[in-house]
Amino acid sequence: MKPASFKYYAPESLEEALVLKAQYGDEARILAGGQSLIPAMNFRIMQPTVLLDLNLLAELSYISSKESAVLHIGAMTRLSEVEDDPLIADRVSLLHESLPYIAHPQIRNRGTVGGNIAHADPAAELPVVALATKSRFRVQSTNGSRWINSDDFFRGYFETAIDSSEILVELEVPFHAASTGWAFLEVSRRSGDYAMAGIAAVITLDSDYICRKARLVYLNLSDAPLEAKQSADMLVGETLSDELISQVANKASEEEIMPMESLHATVNYQRHLACILTKRALKLAYGRAKET
Amino acid sequence: MSDNHLIKVTINGTKHTSSVEARMLLSDFIRHELGLTGTHVGCEHGVCGACTVILNGISVRSCLMFAVQVHGQQITTVEGMATKATDLHPLQEAFREAHGLQCGFCTPGILMSLIPFLDDNPSPSEEEIRAAISGNLCRCTGYQNIVNAVKLYLERDS
Repeated sequence: MKPASFKYYAPESLEEALVLKAQYGDEARILAGGQSLIPAMNFRIMQPTVLLDLNLLAELSYISSKESAVLHIGAMTRLSEVEDDPLIADRVSLLHESLPYIAHPQIRNRGTVGGNIAHADPAAELPVVALATKSRFRVQSTNGSRWINSDDFFRGYFETAIDSSEILVELEVPFHAASTGWAFLEVSRRSGDYAMAGIAAVITLDSDYICRKARLVYLNLSDAPLEAKQSADMLVGETLSDELISQVANKASEEEIMPMESLHATVNYQRHLACILTKRALKLAYGRAKET
Repeated sequence: MSDNHLIKVTINGTKHTSSVEARMLLSDFIRHELGLTGTHVGCEHGVCGACTVILNGISVRSCLMFAVQVHGQQITTVEGMATKATDLHPLQEAFREAHGLQCGFCTPGILMSLIPFLDDNPSPSEEEIRAAISGNLCRCTGYQNIVNAVKLYLERDS
């Protein structure tokens, strides 16, 4: 058999899962959708000794908008459910637009929101979207639960602020503000592959089309989703001319991103892609912000 | 350390009860334990799509699930498509006529991706058909005749 042996638990309540997580700590890996964990286990890159399968926890699968202006998504909600949700398409369009970039339909049928985020792959889409939308995450242990802002959550390759006794249970995503435009773009070698570079851009304009807020977050151009704060700040208080967009793209791609050369892309090529994607994303987001 | 679990699962309408080790992949369970070798195993890390099966009406990679996870659930494999073992499903007929396969290795996975897709979207555009099978690698056909086969099936179905 491909994966190494492990002890399997399929708790039937979150409470039970939390007790097991407290008991086993780092030894226990959470099995959510398994679309990254199981390939790693098949290769024996990962050999967890205990798996806590959360797939029986229907209580963690929901998309809810009881509060105004924010959306709550349970950690075990499948990516395809997020993709098909009309409210998300309408109110958090950036999230909606990022979904088809995540692997392939069959993977999204099984993969979960919580798994995508907690895995913290720098090439993953949802961490980038979470940062660009200022989302936050609720983690829970037997001692209770706490919220972690996306700014503080991602610590580097596959590392997050989740403690060894905690389980990620919920994502809170704010709706886009009025007069907000968005864009999510990637360049990958084949449809569904890990992208060589990607970007999420969100900009909010005032009634004179002056930029009031801007966030630029890059995918797979550092060891974690990377927010280019200085570049985005150059947009605030300004009208988005082609010249300004070029300056921002140059600054972000030359100074702020921290690409690490891979088999498929040199550092120079990654900077080139980041520059082009920034220009495209800002133009797209600006046009959309003016329309809304 | 062997961690065995008793599972009950319905595959192609037949109930199976089996003791499986936790680490047994669903794809290996289907092939080696049940002998349903229509489900093919290619890359075993979720890229090629050859092992795609239908779990509770949706297409999933059987190499990216453990058999223990399907306890109490319903699975369809390519063997369950047609009403009789000697018949072909109309979609399979269309694949045969339109040359939607050459070596056939990828075909079961493609069919298992297409069935739930066409249930949800009975009149897809060509772009949507291509997106639906974007997670299934075929090295023979160049996909053109696969798309043609789906179109042929849809023409006849309407």
